[in-house]
Amino acid sequence: MFYDHVGVMHGHRKQILKGNKAENWPLFAHRPHQSPSAQDMLDAMEITGDSRSQFHVLAVDDSLIDRKLIERLLKTSSYQVTTVDSGSKALKFLGFQEDEQSNPDTPFGSPNNHQEVEVNLIITDYCMPGMTGYDLLKKVKESSSLRNIPVVIMSSENVPSRITRCLEEGAEEFFLKPVRLSDLNRLKPHMMKTKIKNQKQEEDQEDLKISEIQSDEQQQQPVQPPSPQPQPESQPQPPPPPPALLLQHNNNKRKAMEEGLSPDRTRPRYNGIPTMV
Amino acid sequence: MEVGQMQRAWVEYTRSLFREGFLDAQFQQLQLLQDESNPDFVAEVVSLFFEDSERLLADLTFVLEQQNIDFKKVDAHVHQFKGSSSSIGAQRVKNDCIAFRNFCEEQNIEGCLRCLQQVKQDYYLVKSKLEALIRLEQQIVAAGGSIPMEELSS
Repeated sequence: MFYDHVGVMHGHRKQILKGNKAENWPLFAHRPHQSPSAQDMLDAMEITGDSRSQFHVLAVDDSLIDRKLIERLLKTSSYQVTTVDSGSKALKFLGFQEDEQSNPDTPFGSPNNHQEVEVNLIITDYCMPGMTGYDLLKKVKESSSLRNIPVVIMSSENVPSRITRCLEEGAEEFFLKPVRLSDLNRLKPHMMKTKIKNQKQEEDQEDLKISEIQSDEQQQQPVQPPSPQPQPESQPQPPPPPPALLLQHNNNKRKAMEEGLSPDRTRPRYNGIPTMV
Repeated sequence: MEVGQMQRAWVEYTRSLFREGFLDAQFQQLQLLQDESNPDFVAEVVSLFFEDSERLLADLTFVLEQQNIDFKKVDAHVHQFKGSSSSIGAQRVKNDCIAFRNFCEEQNIEGCLRCLQQVKQDYYLVKSKLEALIRLEQQIVAAGGSIPMEELSS
């Protein structure tokens, strides 16, 4: 159960239970090896009739005062909230593993490598000792299983280059601290967008299966079929050309799907080049 | 004092704290977040601020007493103090911290020591004001009244 998982979080179990929300948590809070389909989520939302209480936000801040504040702000806006005091605890809560990227042989769906509690949005402070909010953002966006979770950065300093860097790395919003109730109105569209995108991925799953099979065939037949056109690029290609990673993961549907179907998450990066807002 | 009198006193006192710049609009945000399900929210956050501030003031005093002042440490503490004071709306303390960081950047020891005195003074001043405000709120609630939040905006 996710209680055990949360119990590891050094007392944050208490915070969650204090809100008396444990029994109202998403119906799919316990998800051993499978993610809920978007349809499951939509169904769950319809049953309760309160869509916002189905959104779970993970708030990360090293300052206790600011954790209290953001927790209250989010709860007042009817979100479910979990707070942690560091980026590393946030990653632990999300079920992130360091070697997820470097070891492609790790079978996806192993219990350690999985988010047991659905998190619909991460809101994190920028300036924290150890792992900064920017480091956390990068780790989330580089992780195939977490990159679809929208990330919002908060900072007390209005540094344009910092804001640009975070947005380029894939942050959805940048809030100046102290965060106000009115800022939180900007969260919901990002969570809705992700839900819709997840649903679209479910629908595309069938198409992808076909393309995986075809890419297998392509791999087994390195000789190009005879074609009247000399350039293979100009040929109409029914399946999208699979990236190299995808070929290694044909037994790994969800991972392959996220590698192949999230081009909009991969924003251009201009590391090292100063940019203006 | 009867409840109505205490409520009027509370409105007058709160307004004076805003008017004199001890508190800014962020404190009103905290007040907005307090409701029946969280009747002690402001008092809780304010007492966290007191704990945090007194630890930071002690640390700052210690670091600035050293022979070789570690300005990075000073800046880190002042940065935290600026964050917590702006989160609760302790405006004067926050402004002191902004000036403090500038002297810290210049590695101006005299300036830093002056700022430390100033921020201590303003912190203890706002602390006593906040304590008085919360005491008054507790008296109102104990007498069966409610905090007349809506009167603040009129």
